Amino acid sequence: MKATNPKQPSIFASLIAITRRDLLLALRRPGDILNPLFFFAMVCTLFPLAVGPGAEQLTLSGPGVLWVAALLATLLSLNSLFMSDHEDGSLDQLLVSPQPLPILALGKMIAHWLTTGLPLVLISPLLAMTYRMPVDVIGVLMLTLLLGTVCLSLLGSIGAALTVGLHRGTALLSLLILPLAMPVLLLGASTVSLAADSELYATGIWALGAYAVLALSLAPYATAAALRISNE
Amino acid sequence: MWKFFHHLTSPPHFYRLAATIIPWLAFPGLVLIAYGSYAGLFVAPEDYQQGDAYRIIYVHVPAAYVSIMAYVLMAVGGGCGLIWRLKLAHAVGAAAAPLGAAFTFLALATGSIWGRPMWGTWWEWGDPRLMSELIMLFLYFGYMALRAAIDETAKADKASAVLALVGVVNVVIVHYSVVWWNSLHQGPTLLKKGGPGMDADMLYPLLAMILGFTLVFGALLARRIRTEVLYRERRTRWVRELILAPGGGR
Repeated sequence: MKATNPKQPSIFASLIAITRRDLLLALRRPGDILNPLFFFAMVCTLFPLAVGPGAEQLTLSGPGVLWVAALLATLLSLNSLFMSDHEDGSLDQLLVSPQPLPILALGKMIAHWLTTGLPLVLISPLLAMTYRMPVDVIGVLMLTLLLGTVCLSLLGSIGAALTVGLHRGTALLSLLILPLAMPVLLLGASTVSLAADSELYATGIWALGAYAVLALSLAPYATAAALRISNE
Repeated sequence: MWKFFHHLTSPPHFYRLAATIIPWLAFPGLVLIAYGSYAGLFVAPEDYQQGDAYRIIYVHVPAAYVSIMAYVLMAVGGGCGLIWRLKLAHAVGAAAAPLGAAFTFLALATGSIWGRPMWGTWWEWGDPRLMSELIMLFLYFGYMALRAAIDETAKADKASAVLALVGVVNVVIVHYSVVWWNSLHQGPTLLKKGGPGMDADMLYPLLAMILGFTLVFGALLARRIRTEVLYRERRTRWVRELILAPGGGR
């Protein structure tokens, strides 16, 4: 057993350590956290300008617009997930470390979600209000975004790991991730729409939860495999 | 048994074997397609609801079937390549992707043409099969783009294999999430319980077309794998000997 070696931290301790390190790095560069949020707010502002500010239109398009904007904002932030680690060589250190790579990758995903997904969920009520969404629907929106951004961070890290170190990585990353993210978008946005029409929406929440659990159990392994391949 | 398998997956052997197999796949396939097209367009009776418009299924269904088969083949090839490090398996994936994308496009185009008289629209967002095919087309594009972006062949092979495997899970999820969302498409006819709900005169041409498409796809794929293998092994001795031999290339 590796864990009994007194010099080596347990798996859980290494998970906490890598999450803390990434959070610390993110907090030292607050721009990286704020940029996706501004992007989210701006995309949400563009839509009423493009389709018209009528109250009816806004209530109809609100759930979809907020969800697409959240998806794009997450995508924007994914590019940098492994980029700086790849550039300064700390990614190589992670790859040669004796800790299981999926756990380390999971730590990075958790940190990514805490710095992008969670802030998006927290500012979404503000933007939902401008789309005249009722308070109980806003609750559903936050819940779907909470589960959905977890899925997106997990899925996105696979794409980010596959494209790390490629020159044309950014556009390629979107091409790889958007088809994978489609079920999340569909479930999330249509659940909020159902809630807005006061229909039963619980199925969507359960399905999103199931997706999140599936992604949580598979994505760390896929990401670890992709990281090893990209850094051969 | 293992020796045979190992022999089969060695690139020079496969290169020669494929040359013999291709005509055996291509000619029966073309004959079946010729029979299926004739019987489907002229012999099969009109549908009592859809009239003659239903006849597009003789292209649409086989194309859709092959597009899915190609994707599964690509993913299985990628999986075998990752697990057993078979060079040939990765070549299968690389060769299958553009073909699969072409058949996917054909399935989407014919589906859309069929949708115009049937649903009154060229495109129906709420249909799970249409959406799964569209997402699959994007996954094919992503797969090919990832391959094109990585210069080293070995690395491109493995990275795209991971993507293909993730994509397989995704296509299933897309399908069921859209089923939950909405469905307008007519229900499945061919594979439902209690046998196909179709007249024999309509059914046999369709089965002939499906088999014919599969065989022709197999021939095209074998041909593409041959080219792929030749390109990948371009620095090896057997390729040099092959090209320098009299009547080279056969």
